[in-house]
Amino acid sequence: MWTNWANQRQFVTPHGMSRRHFATHLAGAATMLGASLSLGHSLRVHADTLKQNRKSCILLWMGGGPSSIDIWDLKPGTDNGGPFRTIATSGDAQISEHMPLMAKQMHHMSIVRSMSTREADHNRGRYYMHTGYVPDASIDYPSYGAVISHQLLSQRPDLQIPPFIAVGGASEGPGFLGMAYSPFNVTSNGRVRNLEASIGNERLMQRKIALSMIEDSFIGQRRGNSAIEHKKILEKTYDFLGSQQREAFKVESEPEEMKEMYGKNGFGQGCLLARRLVEAGAPFVEVDLGGWDNHDGIFQTLQRDRLPTLDKAMAALTEDLNQRGLLEDTVIVWMGEFGRTPRINAGAGRDHFARAWSVVVGGGGIKGGQAVGSTSEDGMEVVTEPYSSEDLMASVCKALGISLETTFTSRSGRPMKIANSGKLIKELFS
Amino acid sequence: MAQLKNLPKQVELINQALQKGWEENGLRPSPQEDDLKWCRRVYLDLIGRIPTFDELAEFAKDKSSSKKLNLVNRLLNDERYTEEYANHWATVWSNVLIGRKGGMEDNSIISREGMMKYLRDSFAQNKPYNDMVYELVTATGTTRPGTEKFNGATNFLAMKVNPDNGALATASVSRMFLGLQVQCTQCHNHPFNQWKQQKFWEFNAFFRQTSAREIQDGMTRYGELRNHDFAGEGGNPEEAEIYFQLRNGITNVAYPAFVDGTTIGRSGYLSQVNRRDELGKLMMQSPFLDRTIVNRMWAHFLGYGFTKPIDDLGPHNPTSFPELFDQLSVDFRQNSYDLKQLMVWITMSQPYQLSSRITKQNESDDPTLGETPKFSYFYARQMTGEQLYQSIAVATKALGNVSLDEQARRRDEWIRQFLVDYGNDEGDEANTFNGSISQSLMMFNGDLSKDATSVEPGSFLHTLIQQKGTPVDKVQHLFLSGLSRRPRNEELEVAKQLLIVRKNDAAGMLQDMWWAILNSNEFIFNH
Repeated sequence: MWTNWANQRQFVTPHGMSRRHFATHLAGAATMLGASLSLGHSLRVHADTLKQNRKSCILLWMGGGPSSIDIWDLKPGTDNGGPFRTIATSGDAQISEHMPLMAKQMHHMSIVRSMSTREADHNRGRYYMHTGYVPDASIDYPSYGAVISHQLLSQRPDLQIPPFIAVGGASEGPGFLGMAYSPFNVTSNGRVRNLEASIGNERLMQRKIALSMIEDSFIGQRRGNSAIEHKKILEKTYDFLGSQQREAFKVESEPEEMKEMYGKNGFGQGCLLARRLVEAGAPFVEVDLGGWDNHDGIFQTLQRDRLPTLDKAMAALTEDLNQRGLLEDTVIVWMGEFGRTPRINAGAGRDHFARAWSVVVGGGGIKGGQAVGSTSEDGMEVVTEPYSSEDLMASVCKALGISLETTFTSRSGRPMKIANSGKLIKELFS
Repeated sequence: MAQLKNLPKQVELINQALQKGWEENGLRPSPQEDDLKWCRRVYLDLIGRIPTFDELAEFAKDKSSSKKLNLVNRLLNDERYTEEYANHWATVWSNVLIGRKGGMEDNSIISREGMMKYLRDSFAQNKPYNDMVYELVTATGTTRPGTEKFNGATNFLAMKVNPDNGALATASVSRMFLGLQVQCTQCHNHPFNQWKQQKFWEFNAFFRQTSAREIQDGMTRYGELRNHDFAGEGGNPEEAEIYFQLRNGITNVAYPAFVDGTTIGRSGYLSQVNRRDELGKLMMQSPFLDRTIVNRMWAHFLGYGFTKPIDDLGPHNPTSFPELFDQLSVDFRQNSYDLKQLMVWITMSQPYQLSSRITKQNESDDPTLGETPKFSYFYARQMTGEQLYQSIAVATKALGNVSLDEQARRRDEWIRQFLVDYGNDEGDEANTFNGSISQSLMMFNGDLSKDATSVEPGSFLHTLIQQKGTPVDKVQHLFLSGLSRRPRNEELEVAKQLLIVRKNDAAGMLQDMWWAILNSNEFIFNH
């Protein structure tokens, strides 16, 4: 593998090496590259065994703050209820009439109706829901994607694509886990820019020797941690460029009916891409659907636009993962930065509201078909045990088989329990 | 330092404060950075790109004891650099004022070109900072250059005054110019901030005589920012009040009042009270105005501000070197808000001369671990996307001879590939130009890198190949051009081996070495 090859120091610091000796190494680089490609093939033989222990997570991120009171926890007939009615589902819960396809999948998924958080600003809410921590100027915490790919990477030693992929959105960063666990951002059509090299692999490997020398000596001069992180990213870039797994990004190669099933829009194709990436071994994929910040005219926007898009793609993803036998190893999480006010404002919209709202989870080790917790009749309060972002994160980790005793140590030496010591949402595992 | 005699007293003020801080914290500062590398740093920070080989040579030839001050003055005041200086700072400020996506969305009435033009003109004439802020906050007119009432400063508020009754204008003006984070208090009292919901709406009331309208002119769209009478939400223009709802459902009333509680007349009639003009005047008297800009500029040059984040000066936020911060802010006001002077103070101060090498004696000074920065070494950081683009494009002549406007357009397009929306109504965006794999791929294979390593006639490498000199001389030229240093022996050795592998094709070898240099951390970092 390229990575191993680079770690052999004599190649990167050939000081005092004879010309012939070094030229041998330059020529050797090409040979090693050929070897790495065939190594990739031989690993595939064991792929089936590896796949058996492989867990993944897909986060459906609803940027702007989705109105869960109009989707998952309706209050029909009350002042706060809005115009939507409920329909029965294949699970225990009733959901919005504008989610008919998801209604047939709800035996796989559970609604947590007792989310109660405190961050109702977009940036703070996004950070808190992604990390389990409120923003803190003194330390950057790792987000879901970073934590989960960090924990699950050992299950896939042959992974050559980035472990944390954000489709159609920015997601949140790796915090103190470092750039190697940062999101790899792609648009929903899966197009990765700048993959085509104008030079052959052999020449690239020769350039790599020169680059490593400059790179390593700069690191050796102690220029700080980000110089080291840059080197790690270079290594991942070489891996990615040399990998057959890149095919997973080619969502356009899916059959037409599959594309139709997910919905031929950014979010639909993004969810389809997420399924392909999970199949290829990615431990974490986030797919973003924005446009939920509906301060005015919320019901029209939801009914005509957001809910049909969400319903089609989310139902297709659940069904498709299930049919492929991947749902039992893949946790799906649906959430945004907060919910929206039960009270309908003067512009027929709803504003930011974090005190009582819903998220949806399913797959992996999670028991589906339930509505966990409940809110008051007017939707203003959680009347059962309230759950936080930390609790949700802990539960998702548990469903992925990640121990809640896992402790991270930040570079300053501060020990931190995974998911900010959140407690399990017990009902999801009974 | 030998040059101290000629320097403004603020340089010594900074040096003494920092030295005291280092002593108190048991830190020893890193040694002074090599002159050529310092030269690279100061080009990046003052005009937004690395120096060319010739510019580096010009600096190296200056043997006087004031060579550093000479260079700073050259970059700030020599006509050769006026355009690049203005362009760089206009870019930095456009990103602050309208974001990297401002004017690029489908429904935008912002003219990015208009914003840049206003800022470029302001920086080219070294407009005092307070005047610039006043103009941005009080601007009226149209956003697009070439239209009748064009005033580029209007672009700042053009997309911020209409939605949500000007909530975004309220939050942006207070955060960007006064260092006050009020966005959360729109809906509720902030749990650990002295700002209350009442104050948010009192500040908001200053913007209620203003709205933006869209003008469709053939295929192009632009906007106009106008002041007008405000009837108030109670319907009495003499007492033009606004209402807001507390979390418990009770409705409160608010009239314009500045952050320190100063009130102005309540009339909504423009002929009696022009609320934004009054706001501008009150801001001019606020010490927060001075502190916010000093903090922003300090962070621009030294990597971190006195507070983190730099636009949160609330009492809950810890401050490094509070006395120095106070004094610099006062001095900046007393020096007529002259930004170039502030730049001289910082670039000539000791912390800016230090090497970015971390030593055993200062490794505990690590802001990434949550320590408040002590500036005992120069914090190495990735260039911004704009700096990287400009460095490759200008210093390596990757674009050939294209105009500054065209450069800016291509650059913005290039940067856009790294921008991602957050999908909310506040137009927040993330810049994924942060050292990710996407960025490495772009540096490996992107068009800009291809152009920069081209050997076609007229290219940087082609010109170099045509020059006299041995391959070793040319490799040396590349290292000085990209990294402001000479190659080490082992790097020359690699170059020689590559020449053998390339069967004595010097052009191919130079391409390889130049590609390696451009992709290295040492190139991509400002250090």
